Amino acid sequence: MPNMSAKRNEMPVQAPDVRNKNFSEVALGYTEEQAIDEAKRCLNCKNKPCTSGCPVQIDIPAFIAQVAEGNFAEAYKIITKSSSLPAVCGRVCPQETQCESKCVRGIKGEPVAIGRLERFVADWHNAQPEAAPEIPAKNGHKAAVIGSGPSGLACAGDLAKKGYDVTIFEALHVAGGVLSYGIPEFRLPKSIVQKEIGGLKALGVNVETNTVVGKTISIDELMKEEGFETVFIGSGAGLPRFMNIPGENLNGVYSANEFLTRINLMKAYKEGSATPIKAGSKAVIVGGGNVAMDAARCAKRLGAEVYIVYRRTEAELPARAEEVEHAKEEGIIFKFLTNPVEIQATDDGWVKSIHCQQMELSEPDASGRAKPVPIEGAFIDIEADCVIMSIGTSPNPLIKSTTSGLDTQKWGGIIANEDGLTSKEGVYAGGDAVTGAATVILAMGAGKKAAAAMDEYMQKK
Amino acid sequence: MAFLLMDCLFRNTDIDIGISIFPCYICATSGFCDIILNISMQCLYHMKSTATDMKLLHCKSMARKVWTMFEILEKRSLNPTVTLMRINAPKVARKAEPGQFIILRTDADGERIPLTIADFDRESGSVTIIFQIVGATTEKLNHMNEGDCLQDFVGPLGRATETEGLKKVAVVGGGVGCAIAYPVAKKLHALGVEVHSIVGFRTKDLVILEDEFKDASSKFVLMSDDGSAGEKGLVTDALKKLIDSGEKYDRVITIGPLIMMKFVCKLTKEYSVPTVASMNPIMIDGTGMCGGCRLTVGGETKFACVDGPEFDGHLIDFDQAMARGAMYKPFERHAYEEACNLFKEVK
Repeated sequence: MPNMSAKRNEMPVQAPDVRNKNFSEVALGYTEEQAIDEAKRCLNCKNKPCTSGCPVQIDIPAFIAQVAEGNFAEAYKIITKSSSLPAVCGRVCPQETQCESKCVRGIKGEPVAIGRLERFVADWHNAQPEAAPEIPAKNGHKAAVIGSGPSGLACAGDLAKKGYDVTIFEALHVAGGVLSYGIPEFRLPKSIVQKEIGGLKALGVNVETNTVVGKTISIDELMKEEGFETVFIGSGAGLPRFMNIPGENLNGVYSANEFLTRINLMKAYKEGSATPIKAGSKAVIVGGGNVAMDAARCAKRLGAEVYIVYRRTEAELPARAEEVEHAKEEGIIFKFLTNPVEIQATDDGWVKSIHCQQMELSEPDASGRAKPVPIEGAFIDIEADCVIMSIGTSPNPLIKSTTSGLDTQKWGGIIANEDGLTSKEGVYAGGDAVTGAATVILAMGAGKKAAAAMDEYMQKK
Repeated sequence: MAFLLMDCLFRNTDIDIGISIFPCYICATSGFCDIILNISMQCLYHMKSTATDMKLLHCKSMARKVWTMFEILEKRSLNPTVTLMRINAPKVARKAEPGQFIILRTDADGERIPLTIADFDRESGSVTIIFQIVGATTEKLNHMNEGDCLQDFVGPLGRATETEGLKKVAVVGGGVGCAIAYPVAKKLHALGVEVHSIVGFRTKDLVILEDEFKDASSKFVLMSDDGSAGEKGLVTDALKKLIDSGEKYDRVITIGPLIMMKFVCKLTKEYSVPTVASMNPIMIDGTGMCGGCRLTVGGETKFACVDGPEFDGHLIDFDQAMARGAMYKPFERHAYEEACNLFKEVK
């Protein structure tokens, strides 16, 4: 008999005014009892609407049925048939717009907490003593993966399991891409990311850090001189956008990328870190996505009073619902319908305040969201000594500019077909490098798809 | 599963057994065998007639040294605050060009700092850096010795100096910036360009690379603030004199303190001589990701790491660059003092 409670099991979290002063993980995860109880809320629908909402089509009812029975190892096997990074996705997927939005239990009450269950299963698996992985027999084909973010890790993992000789090239000194430099420790502990990468290494994947493809070595060289038959480009969307308003280059203005990289990759939040960070006493974050929430919550933890300035309203915030909720609980102040037009300076070149135009919503624009328009003459000044621009990122042009015959969109995205094949034979691409900034799960799905296509291509060769 | 030497698939063949900059098949796939290619694309094992354990060990240490360790091969003090280091970095040396830079970390908790490439040798796979001790990281770096290894060393980054179509160039360097100006002068000289080098230092003890510059230039002017070396005065005085005397330059390339470059550019603007300045701002990744190195050039925001580090000197907003350079001054001073104290205690 299913658990018919309309409410889902709450996941234990650190108290808001405790956690907004530390960088430890906010959500603590279900206990076994909570997970089993929650799993019993699943009706095991035959047509699996939840699975249709999952970008990588995890057999959700099947894994949840195993959790309900207490067979966590079996549940993990089912998830990993479709997903390469369950511990990551269970934490960072926007489940409320994906699997959980399709859950039948959501019609009259709360949907089954699929994300929390995925996280539980992955964490349970990671806590078990490690079995030596089975190293697949090598098939003698070589594949290169550029970038060690979600798409690259997924692609490398699938290829390695099929016996390919895979090398991942990473520009930074640590693998993981946005999982390492972007998403903060309190949302995705770095130990989890390193565990995933360790798993790939155990499968025989070679990870070359400190290698900037396009500078240290080019794709053409990898293929012609180094014998890689296929290359997967998963270089992400790492180039920060700015608003191009006056004052953006003042001291105290950061891109969210820089702010988060200093904190996550370089550990600037730790006492005695060699890399400095200045969140100031009053920080204003411009933007409404997950990255903006991450930057805001980091600034809060560094002791600043934090404002998020967003030009639309709360309903249009692109961030995950849980992140917005957590940000509010932690004391982040939201200023909606507010759009910066200028950053004003102190006499010595630091940020003093941010001058904003007030907006109102009108007709929906091309993205389907109501378009914000300026209210004539309505401006406000917000005092701040730190401004963090979090208005999106675009793909890095480095690879395009150094690879012959690789076509890209006007805005920089690499052009690839459904399987990830680009305009260049043997070269595949996926994730944010193709789509522009999107989610971890979509990037992971693209990496897996490309791996399948690369496998087919190399087998035919 | 353990591989032995005998398992090497390519043991008895002369075919490509890996790639020139990364480990061989077995090593790459098992993580066990450390027999690795050398620079001439041969497995080190192939160079040995018999495979004893001793030789295997030797291979291992050789291989590590060649491919994964950023070992300090040479360390030389150029003056009391400026040090030269030659680093083992074959991957970087393969591609390096004058004007480009690298990013290094001294240790696992270290910060990433950009340093311009002062020289490179593709044959031996080494890259030379010259740095001034200005903060905690350069202080730490200066305490490392030959045989020590840097944690990370990545590059070459940024665009190389453009040399096409140049016939006559004035290279204007100041202080430690001369270390970066020198390879540019050297390359231009090798290309047959007429090079006039004007270098300036505060005082005699700080002069570096004097002979090297002389070898790479048809005219060499040494300036010092106090007149203790060469002529007394600023590099701009010397440059003005040369231009006034009728020297016509296709381009002036200036590398040094921001304030010096600002005044060089101001001068050459008056004379309408195209001028390139090399910027070295604060940065983290060096690949265009953080935007920390941004500067305003001709009213547009540019990233020094990918759009530069060299820009049209007449368009750079130097005042803004100077303000941004001072962003972490209090933090840096504190970190520097702490590092100094730490090394004092060790002594």
